[in-house]
Amino acid sequence: MTPVLSVRGLQKRFGAVVAADNVSIDIPAGQKLCLIGANGAGKTTFVNMVTGYMKPDSGAIELDGSPIGRRSPRDVARLGISRSFQIPQLFIELTAAENLNVAVSSAEGGKLSVAIPADSGDHRNKALALLQRFDLKGHADRPVSELAGGVRKLVDIAMALARRPKLLLLDEPTSGVSAEEKFATMDRVIHAVSEDAATIVFVEHDMDIVSKYADRVVAFYNGRILADGEPSTVLKDNEVRRYVTGGAR
Amino acid sequence: MSRATHPLVLLALVVLAVLFGRVIPAWTLSLATVAASKALVALGIVVLARTGNVSFGQGLFFAAGGYGVALIANEWGLTDAVAQVLIGAVCGGLLGLIIGPLIARYTGIFFGMLTLALSMVFYGALVKTTVLGGSDGFNVGRPTLFGAVFNDPREADFMLYAVSVVATGLAGIFSTILFRSQFGLTSLAVRENNLRVEYLGTSANRIVSINFAIAAVFAGASGALALMAQRHIDPEFAYWTTSGEFVFVAVLAGTQSVAAVFVSALVLELVRSFSNLYLPNTWQLVLGLFLLAVILFLPRGIGSLWNRKKRRVAEPPEPVAVQKEEGVSP
Repeated sequence: MTPVLSVRGLQKRFGAVVAADNVSIDIPAGQKLCLIGANGAGKTTFVNMVTGYMKPDSGAIELDGSPIGRRSPRDVARLGISRSFQIPQLFIELTAAENLNVAVSSAEGGKLSVAIPADSGDHRNKALALLQRFDLKGHADRPVSELAGGVRKLVDIAMALARRPKLLLLDEPTSGVSAEEKFATMDRVIHAVSEDAATIVFVEHDMDIVSKYADRVVAFYNGRILADGEPSTVLKDNEVRRYVTGGAR
Repeated sequence: MSRATHPLVLLALVVLAVLFGRVIPAWTLSLATVAASKALVALGIVVLARTGNVSFGQGLFFAAGGYGVALIANEWGLTDAVAQVLIGAVCGGLLGLIIGPLIARYTGIFFGMLTLALSMVFYGALVKTTVLGGSDGFNVGRPTLFGAVFNDPREADFMLYAVSVVATGLAGIFSTILFRSQFGLTSLAVRENNLRVEYLGTSANRIVSINFAIAAVFAGASGALALMAQRHIDPEFAYWTTSGEFVFVAVLAGTQSVAAVFVSALVLELVRSFSNLYLPNTWQLVLGLFLLAVILFLPRGIGSLWNRKKRRVAEPPEPVAVQKEEGVSP
């Protein structure tokens, strides 16, 4: 069976810094894969290359067997890869519903009608339905600038879901969320995403979250893959404990 | 869409504004015509500004519309005012369709400077082109309307006023619909975060290009109106101070309201006329002080006076699981 995402021999350097060193990963459909690693290990670079924001120096990235390594973020999104961001990337002066509205209209082929008002019709309903998935309907008509950081994070993820992606990349979905709310946030995200049965890759620093929600863990260190496998195995790996988790578990 | 801004209501307002021209003093007709013409270009700048980009070179399309119409009028004897406005709009729009995609990838000051540079290149070319009259420009004949010739100056002024108000009014109605549409919302999204728009699968450059072409159409039509009013065209149409005046109106208006653009253009012309009358040597100073006052007290433009964002800040929403403050790490 062809993996949803196949990455082969990915290389990326920024001057003397090696951000990706022969990275190869196959991600089967439906998997919840977690990327772990210290700051600068290459996790976000990996996400940026997969989503087309950065071009790899060498190596191949394939989505459902088709090469996407040289495509733009827009093309990659249209092909079925969406992402959320470590710092939510929202339209800050628009309301939450308007943010989702833009995402929904983009998802529907970018047909931007001049004749249909943005605040009526199908797009608005779909935007509200997406917010409802995250229990955020009460925030629909509030400007994003007035929302708390954690709520913005969920709006950001909801926007990524608008396109019903094959592969969803979540860059630190629980960063900025208080320790006691992290599991509730993650439960909400996983529940909302499960409706589309998307394959998920998420970057995470909290090993409790990793253990609970990941099917598979890939540990990065200095741009290379240190360990790849089930959470119970990877998190007990000596090198991972030494360079990534710091003996946290 | 509220009843007050329903297109049919707005259309009725345009008709009323035209009829109003029958009762206002003669000297205000030409002032209102100039104001409407400038408002049309400024409206285009506001349309474009909603994507986060400001053009400092709308004089390029203003001149393209004016020169295009003037050449056709002189070569083929086309004098109909409505046809001239349409031809001006087409000339400006075609140029906008060519230039827009080329500069849409730039943002902020780079975008603004590029538009300014292009308009000045066009200005330089016009000055050096003797077949177009060089720096002196050339004259065109009196416009007609549906075959009717206006020899009475008052009637001619009213005809020009009516054509200007209708053209600008229709552009205003179109812009009102545009601002509220899905396309208008996505334009605001481009202004807020163009990279995210790309990540959502929409081309931000395409949105900017389309808005740019709309602004160019408005500027081209306005160039035709200005040509009809002056019956003369010269490279000043493309000069940077001409573009600056349009930006001046747009800054006064802000990006929140279409009506504000018309009010700003009219207020600007009134301030200019009266300060020119009473302070003939320092009217630019008065204009400058006026702009400073607006920026100081209405930083979002005159439109913010009546178009305060209607946000429902009623009840705090029910608590959600994630209410941590802005602790998002970079």
